[in-house]
Amino acid sequence: MHELPVMQSVLVVVLRHASLHRVGRVHSIRLRVGLLSDLEPEWMQRYFDHLSAGTVAEGAKLVVEWAPAVFVCLKCSNRFELDHKRFDEVACPSCGERDFRLVSGREYHIVDMEAQ
Amino acid sequence: MMSEIRVIEVKEEILGDNRREADGLRESLRAGGTFLLNLMSSPGAGKTTLIARTIESLGQRYRIGVLEADIESTVDAERISALGVPAVQIRTGGFCHVDAFMVKNALDAIGASALDIVIIENVGNLVCPAEFDTGAHMNAMILSVPEGDDKPLKYPLMFTVCDALVVNKTDYLGMSDFDMPAFRQRVLKLNRGMAIFELSAKTGRGLDAWTGWLDGAVSSFLGRPAG
Repeated sequence: MHELPVMQSVLVVVLRHASLHRVGRVHSIRLRVGLLSDLEPEWMQRYFDHLSAGTVAEGAKLVVEWAPAVFVCLKCSNRFELDHKRFDEVACPSCGERDFRLVSGREYHIVDMEAQ
Repeated sequence: MMSEIRVIEVKEEILGDNRREADGLRESLRAGGTFLLNLMSSPGAGKTTLIARTIESLGQRYRIGVLEADIESTVDAERISALGVPAVQIRTGGFCHVDAFMVKNALDAIGASALDIVIIENVGNLVCPAEFDTGAHMNAMILSVPEGDDKPLKYPLMFTVCDALVVNKTDYLGMSDFDMPAFRQRVLKLNRGMAIFELSAKTGRGLDAWTGWLDGAVSSFLGRPAG
């Protein structure tokens, strides 16, 4: 639901870098987003297309890299990725402990962009 | 002829502009001695009732104001104003969340420098508000018993960004299959430091633990002894 303001923020950053590097056209933009974020790729692209019309980023393709949710086991300190929506059904793959904590999965970055 | 395609490193945070605004807001509020609390939940979980109860309990010790972010109506703002504390409506322009820029305008409108505590009643929604830093010094959320104990699985992000969780409507516990120990364990897996308060804002049961905890947090923020 909040993809519109998020993509507005992405566009502002992209246009700033495009102007800084004096490029005439942005072809693609790579984002790294934690799986804990509820962003829908389809809507991200649609909103981005809408917002970027008439700019050098018009037509640019968004490439989203999803960063996994990573948990750490409280018993053996093993770090492992798992489906964050099923985290109470599983145990630590290394020692079987069921008590573990989330350590990452909230990345929210613009990595780079291809432009000419 | 067009030049070659090249890769330009960006390495910037999405919503970095909002984060910077929020950081600036947090700092200036701290310097001015105003504690900003961001309260989030689903619609109908009991935000307005909890705020009203909190004001009843702490309103003698602190000057409190409320920023209401209800999307359409002014019903909540009227209910809070009836308690004799200042309330300002945040206009979200139809958005599903409040961001730091909106909060800054509303803080100016309410006259935050004359207040000890400002509470943001965020838009009723467990998804979007979790993504936007409001500039608050503390994020708190409400999960009400009728919503079910599976919500940390469905909306994990919200549970990771909050410092405190109020489990409201505990007067419904006997009528539901809400599994409190399982719920607590799910929450703590996502957020080990979460302070959890089980209460009924309606009956008042369990409310003292929440208001006492908030009192402690605010008094240490303001550098004065808690009541």
